[in-house]
Amino acid sequence: MAILITESTRVIVQGMSGRIGAFHAADMIRHGTNVVGGVTPGRGGESHLDRPLFNTVREAVEATGAEASLVFVPPPFAADAIMEAADAGIKTAVCVTDGIPSQDMMKVKRFLKRYPEERKMRLIGPNCAGIISPGKGFMGIMPPHIYMPGRIGIVGRSGTLGYEAASQMMTLGIGVSTSVGIGGDPINGSSFKDILALFEADPDTDAVMMIGEIGGPQEAEAAAFARDHMTKPVVAYIAGLSAPKGRKMGHAGAIISAFGESAQEKVEILEAAGITVAPNPSAMGETMARVLSHRQAA
Amino acid sequence: MDIHEYQAKEILARFGVPVPRGGLAYSPEQAGYRARELGGAAWVVKAQIHSGGRGAAGGVKLCRDEHEVTSFAATLFGKQLVTKQTDANGKGVYRLWVEAASDIAREMYLGFVLDRKSERIMIVASAHGGMEIEDLAETDPDSLRRMTIDPAVGLSEFQARELAFQLGLKGGQIAQMVTILKACYRAYRDLDAVMVEINPLVVTGSGDLVALDAKMSFDTNALFRRPQVAELRDRSQEDPRESTAGDHGLAYVGLDGDIGCIINGAGLAMATMDMIKLAGGEPANFLDIGGGASPERVVRAFRTVLADPNVSVILVNIFAGINRCDWVAEGVVKAYQEVGLTIPVVVRLAGTNVDEGKRIIDTSGLPLISADTLAEAAAKAVAARPAKAA
Repeated sequence: MAILITESTRVIVQGMSGRIGAFHAADMIRHGTNVVGGVTPGRGGESHLDRPLFNTVREAVEATGAEASLVFVPPPFAADAIMEAADAGIKTAVCVTDGIPSQDMMKVKRFLKRYPEERKMRLIGPNCAGIISPGKGFMGIMPPHIYMPGRIGIVGRSGTLGYEAASQMMTLGIGVSTSVGIGGDPINGSSFKDILALFEADPDTDAVMMIGEIGGPQEAEAAAFARDHMTKPVVAYIAGLSAPKGRKMGHAGAIISAFGESAQEKVEILEAAGITVAPNPSAMGETMARVLSHRQAA
Repeated sequence: MDIHEYQAKEILARFGVPVPRGGLAYSPEQAGYRARELGGAAWVVKAQIHSGGRGAAGGVKLCRDEHEVTSFAATLFGKQLVTKQTDANGKGVYRLWVEAASDIAREMYLGFVLDRKSERIMIVASAHGGMEIEDLAETDPDSLRRMTIDPAVGLSEFQARELAFQLGLKGGQIAQMVTILKACYRAYRDLDAVMVEINPLVVTGSGDLVALDAKMSFDTNALFRRPQVAELRDRSQEDPRESTAGDHGLAYVGLDGDIGCIINGAGLAMATMDMIKLAGGEPANFLDIGGGASPERVVRAFRTVLADPNVSVILVNIFAGINRCDWVAEGVVKAYQEVGLTIPVVVRLAGTNVDEGKRIIDTSGLPLISADTLAEAAAKAVAARPAKAA
């Protein structure tokens, strides 16, 4: 089954006629993703990549039955595009955009809460690589060939570090059910905990690789969730052991500004919750392999 | 993006926060003139740098006559002020703020920050001010009051009143505090700040509230819609390597080690630095070349890293998704030719167009050291450092 996206998920791309949007939409279609249309205000009625373009997300949903939207909209307009998707009844939106003002994201999070549970949109990102269920489909900017289909879930903030984990696992013959990038911003749509809950409920996922980094409270929340609510093993890695306090390391959210936000502290919190932490970023794959073999032996 | 104290005070005053009268000086003479202009018998002269801890570092002084103002100012101008928040180089003093001295009866702490847990703006306040919030959190955590603000409603009167009472204020001070809190909140919200801090917020001898010091920091992602804030950027307070790198689309943070890093993606960059450390080395920098990096941007990255004289080896680690290994490899070769590299370079390529990239590296005839994995790359970089006398 995988989570969030399968071969049958009907996907639209907001910003599909833009240069970057078109490039990645074409790649998604090439790899079997069920892209049913695009949204570019003012270009409704035209077509792009042999898919219809719509002026609004609502029109796209009505005409195509789209359930998921990939948001490739520049930072000043991205928050509005996300809210438009939520209002049109999209179930899952993935936003790749890097550089959305944090107060815009505050507004978005508040806006998403106004819908009743059954029609609430799940947002992944922003500032993320996207989501992929290998062999089924993907929404984002990742290179799909580095993911082997399988039964391990990956959730991480960083795109490239997620690639690193997937390729280390592939070398060891371990495949991926779904990989989810939650993004590097201080305020994001879905947290580690939200995605862990989806993997726990997914019958096609056996274990989860969680890749965190310095800054923010979400790894600690995830540790408590895994301890109290998960039966599946979680393997983690936290980047930034050598990052100095108070300096922003690339990602807007990767900054140690409070207690419990350094890599060392997060590692301690995760281990205290019974999560196996890879000792270094080159050992993510082998740590997962070890945990899986223990589990089979048990 | 940080701004100076005097700029933060000007902004907050515009929103209704009471601040002491003062004036800006670009020379010792001007500082003396400002004191005369302000009148009175005592002035505080404050070095304007983007850092806290200025008082303890000798950047702030209470002066009793105009001569003292001028002579203290003369010692500050052009000086690199080293505080416990700056690095060993300190920050250059090019502007002074001269302020009428206040009569202080009591000091409090007031801060507005982005709380990542509630995903809202949070007020942090303490009845005890004057020291850094980190120290306060350690020495007197029970004195800290926290309150989050609903973004749809804004800061409510009752919340502001409650906080004022919690801080032990009374009488007319309650209304003054409510005004200050609402002003700070509006300044934060309307200008896309990420931090507003008044420390100390003082009660004067006559019982009035005044912001004696102020700090504001802004969301760089929102500067496109805040041109009046963007104008306040002071490059003299930034690490020139970091701001130049930023101008070229590179995220760079200078560190103390000797292994220069050129990497794509913030997470992979941090992980590579960790790997270097575990292999027994020290990273010289964080550097993310971003997505879709051209050979030219890779050359720029080399120049940025090499501007640090401590760098004795460079590690290039690319896991290409929207990047292309062949472009990065071309950039590495180009950097060798253009920059005249004399130090060892370790290259690890993976992902999109990796075979083509490796071919370019291997057939270049250059003394590049190839690695296949992250661990191997870090180990080779540490081993490639020239032997140094400890």
